Amino acid sequence: MEMVDLTAVGFYDALKGKNLIASRCADCGDVQCPPRTICPNCWSDKVDGIEMSGKGVLRTFTIVHIGLTQMIEAGYDRFKPYCAGLVELEEGPVVSAQILGVDVSQPESIQIGTPVRAVFVERGKDDAVKTFLGFEPC
Amino acid sequence: MSVRKLGRGVAVVGAGMSKFGAFPGKSSRDLFVDAFQEMRTSVDKGLDPKDIEAFYLGNFSGDLFEGQAHLAPILANWVGLSPIPAVRLEGACASSSVALRDAIMAIASGMYDMVLVAGVEKMSDLPIEKVTDTLATAADVTYEVAAGFTFPGFYASMATAYMDQYGATPETFMRVGYKNHENGALNEKAQFGARIADIMVSKQRRAEKKGRPIPTWETEMDFLKDDRANPMIAWPMRLFDCSPVSDGAVSLLLVSEEIAKQFTDEPLYIIGSGAASDGALHSRATFTSIPAAKLAANKAYEMAGVTPQDIKLAEVHDCFTVAEVLATEDLGFFAPGQGGAAAEEGATARNGVRPINTSGGLKSKGHPVGASGAGQVVEIWKQLRGQAGERQLAGDVNLGLTHNVGGTGQTCLVHIFERR
Repeated sequence: MEMVDLTAVGFYDALKGKNLIASRCADCGDVQCPPRTICPNCWSDKVDGIEMSGKGVLRTFTIVHIGLTQMIEAGYDRFKPYCAGLVELEEGPVVSAQILGVDVSQPESIQIGTPVRAVFVERGKDDAVKTFLGFEPC
Repeated sequence: MSVRKLGRGVAVVGAGMSKFGAFPGKSSRDLFVDAFQEMRTSVDKGLDPKDIEAFYLGNFSGDLFEGQAHLAPILANWVGLSPIPAVRLEGACASSSVALRDAIMAIASGMYDMVLVAGVEKMSDLPIEKVTDTLATAADVTYEVAAGFTFPGFYASMATAYMDQYGATPETFMRVGYKNHENGALNEKAQFGARIADIMVSKQRRAEKKGRPIPTWETEMDFLKDDRANPMIAWPMRLFDCSPVSDGAVSLLLVSEEIAKQFTDEPLYIIGSGAASDGALHSRATFTSIPAAKLAANKAYEMAGVTPQDIKLAEVHDCFTVAEVLATEDLGFFAPGQGGAAAEEGATARNGVRPINTSGGLKSKGHPVGASGAGQVVEIWKQLRGQAGERQLAGDVNLGLTHNVGGTGQTCLVHIFERR
């Protein structure tokens, strides 16, 4: 397996290339997403980079009306709130991500347990454009 | 692992706080002076500040809120305590409980006989977007905040999961806010010294004065469900589900048990202390309980040799109304999933079987982040010594508990106090 950068730099670079990567410990098999350079389960440093399928299930969520500056700059406000949630990937780990493609005006209609798939969201301007992880119902 | 015991006993013999609120003219050092002076007057038999040997300060982010780091020696010097060792401890919203625990261990070790513990936060100078961003630094900025989560958003997600799992509704959580305002109305230190009913009346008066149509609500619940009066912050958490942006300071005096009676005939003995840490919300097995809070509580109960049933009152971390519901379950007061119903039935009111947050909680007393943990101890101090005025609980209030959570539960501490 080629050396994959499992730091935040590597994780976000992979997102830019539309890949969701995780780390898997060669000694105990523990999978971490986002990835780590040390296994938190057995402390081994023999961790490999692996690619996630991007498929998962919505475990919980909120609709944010008073947002972070980075989201306000991306065009969200109390008239255009956004959904943030926790997604359990089919491989096991749970990740935090923006949830797109849901009706933010009807939060009661959003179901915990909805199958979702990873999407790659660009935010920021000019040199500061960065790709972030998102999920949408599939 | 066997139960650890302190090397020697530790007691609280003084407790003071500034008013909590938004004070444009006052900096963190001004608030600290208020708290320090009140603490001095609270020591029944008097205190010579020269006997204070060390200073443990809880403060989350003077750096970002005020552009002032390194606060501990600055504040110690400001009130004439140099050159004692002075250190700032940080555990997000649990910072002053972290300071308290380290002060306890310092005295228990035999290193010091008298230590000053404090908490301070000055939040109101920043505009709300910057406050939101600063609070978000208590979570994993790289992997959680990047998703767009704000602090209300994290706790709102726990509320969503709790409603889904146990059938609670947003109104369940509103009942907690209502109850805390009832209590806070009787607390002269509270940021909102007003019941929800009082707030409704003052909004109507203001509309009348400005010649606007006067809003009408039949009940407090109507008001809390009104999108204009109680706007959504992060669904399902609304404005009145969230503790406010606050300024405030608290000061506690700790001594070794052997000398406690030199300062007061009614010291508060610290008989239990528990602490635990955790990773991001997304790394946990559950979103309807805070695992590190449960662990900290179990450690504290074990050290104190008491059970949840023995506790007469508890100050818990209601940064958001949902957090109080989860806290009462994590502390073992109600079974998982029953905390919401218990709040709705009035079990946690002052006259209930399980009084929670008689001070008004973070919701109506205020939540100057670094000061809140120590602020909880002030209420326990007052209640256990019969000094809580109109809020005073009846009966032999001899055992109190504080529950303080940093972030979404990455830092949790529980302390148990006994008046003998």
